[in-house]
Amino acid sequence: MRAWLFILSIALVATHSATNAIAQIKIGVAEALTGNASQYGTPIRKAFELAVGEINGGGGINGNKIELVIEDEQGKKEEAINVFKKLIFQDKVLMLFGPTLSNSAQASDPVAQSAKIVVFGTSNTADGITSIGNYVFRNSVTEADILPVTLKVASQKTGLKNVAVLYGNDDIFTKSGYDNFAKALQTLKIPVTTTESFAKGDVDFKPQLTKIKAGNPDAIVLSALVAEGGPIMVQARQLGITLPFIGGNGMNSPRVFELAKDNSDNLWVGSPWSVENPAAENKRFIAAYQKGHGALPDQFAAQAYDAMYMVAQAFRKIKLTGKLEADRKALRDALPATQFTGATGPFKFRQVTGRDGKPAGYDAVQTAIVMMTKGNQYVIQK
Amino acid sequence: MLAQQVVNAISLGGVYALFALGFTLVFGVLNVVNLAHGAIFMVGAYAALQSVVHWHLPLSAAILVAMLVAGVVGWLLDRMILAPLRARKAPHLAPMIATIGLAIVLTSLVEGFHGPQNLRFPAEVLPTQGLRFGAVQITWLEVRIILLALMLMGALLWGINRTRFGRALRGVAESPKAAALLGINVEGLLHATSMIAAVLGGVAGVLIALYSNALFPHMGQAMLHKGIAVVILGGMGDIRGALVGGFFLGFAEVFSVAYVGSTMRDAVAFGLLFTILLLRPEGLFGKAAQRRA
Repeated sequence: MRAWLFILSIALVATHSATNAIAQIKIGVAEALTGNASQYGTPIRKAFELAVGEINGGGGINGNKIELVIEDEQGKKEEAINVFKKLIFQDKVLMLFGPTLSNSAQASDPVAQSAKIVVFGTSNTADGITSIGNYVFRNSVTEADILPVTLKVASQKTGLKNVAVLYGNDDIFTKSGYDNFAKALQTLKIPVTTTESFAKGDVDFKPQLTKIKAGNPDAIVLSALVAEGGPIMVQARQLGITLPFIGGNGMNSPRVFELAKDNSDNLWVGSPWSVENPAAENKRFIAAYQKGHGALPDQFAAQAYDAMYMVAQAFRKIKLTGKLEADRKALRDALPATQFTGATGPFKFRQVTGRDGKPAGYDAVQTAIVMMTKGNQYVIQK
Repeated sequence: MLAQQVVNAISLGGVYALFALGFTLVFGVLNVVNLAHGAIFMVGAYAALQSVVHWHLPLSAAILVAMLVAGVVGWLLDRMILAPLRARKAPHLAPMIATIGLAIVLTSLVEGFHGPQNLRFPAEVLPTQGLRFGAVQITWLEVRIILLALMLMGALLWGINRTRFGRALRGVAESPKAAALLGINVEGLLHATSMIAAVLGGVAGVLIALYSNALFPHMGQAMLHKGIAVVILGGMGDIRGALVGGFFLGFAEVFSVAYVGSTMRDAVAFGLLFTILLLRPEGLFGKAAQRRA
């Protein structure tokens, strides 16, 4: 199997260089293809290739073909900077996709900004990435956007009056999830009975849950990764707590159904994408991805796939002059107006303000899909 | 809420005590700080998981397998690592460093076989029926965890205080040389002690994995830190000290969550511990230096 994939990738590379002669739109892709973060970077790369294959197969962009220049940034800051420089100055690409992790984006996106070339993140969700500058775009929806929606839908459907909060206080992701939840609870004016925390690697959550139970809330807001979130759900049910859980992105993982098997019902999560979403665009994407790669896509693949189509749409609107600087700027000016409905649903950009108070890069405006778990699977809540 | 928190504290304290017992036993008799005890605890949990998932054994049999596997590891630890160091009269720190090595090896092996991610016992094998006493909710599982922990502690205390083996053990703890002169097989006894300690650690691993629904290769790490704290609190090498210390830590953690705040869980628990040690540096049951086990 490995060998076969290897041969296939060589063949792909070969066809890429063969099409070099007629390719006119060079796009750089810098993703983590090896190392720990490759579990996210690899599906992203596959989705890019899928979308480019479809776009080129359908006649390309005004007759021009897209050519991908793919580099491995290994999920490391330094490597992301190196790869960005290579793609920008040596390969002379028109724009960049990547990098995979927010951490790397913080380091490498300023390189693109100062070179005045569009950098488009499809998986960076941390705060502040797009405030780096007006050449920075992303279509990855942040938890700050999703959690209020999850909370609102869950509170409408369950009629909750107050909640207890439980979060991991020594992990940057679960802590910022907690901050976003706290903000949203304040906006929605939902009272909090008690706020409890735990630490990474903890295994016993019963004292916190017992305390939460005593406060008699209507639901438990949970900012946790699934490694702790799974046992938390099981221990809560063991204590006779049948309340709904409202979780962040960390709880949006099929692993919930392994770690909290048969105790996983009534967990509410929001996501920009769901494999269960029956929209035609999504079904088409899932089928194509599965056909090409023999596995189901994930959220990162869906966002990368849509991003490529958005960029293609922007390229259609501009006239390429062959002058690198002018073409890079033309793309930047055309991209913000993009509106697109893809696997992740209807999408448009929203400009954010930078640290200096001036208009900066662009974040996603997208409706989150809210799901509730039932019978060991996610069910979309309309 | 109070009653429920007491139940939580007893379950947690029981597992802490069971873990600390093995740890303190090795220190008391072998005079070694066994930093592989956490890894043995983890190996026990994974052995039970393996028996349940792959060999489809019932839970009680899986616990026996865990005891067996952990016991063999403990026996090998003394036979292959500690005994040769003793024979060469290695300096004090050498055995401790060696146990760190063993811990790394065991953790890496398990990580290699099972992966780094969290696992759990399949839901089907766990008793799910709960008991209710007023506001207190307790599962059969917890009842069994508490009973098993108490039974093992009782058996150990009885074994040490009432049997020939126990007498020999206390003799070796007092003075290995004198014990050897009296015709006690000191080496064999030390192997056995390391094994018994590992069995207790292995069972504690299974119980915490059942109690919390989580196994991961580094699960022994946090437990080891707590175990060391418990043993120091109780008095290094003292059996009753480990028992009382284990329950003390369980209660301290649970009640700091209940009445102070969960962010302060470890701060309060270890702060209390620190205070007690300031007042009684030798630990609750420690006697000035000598006489152990």
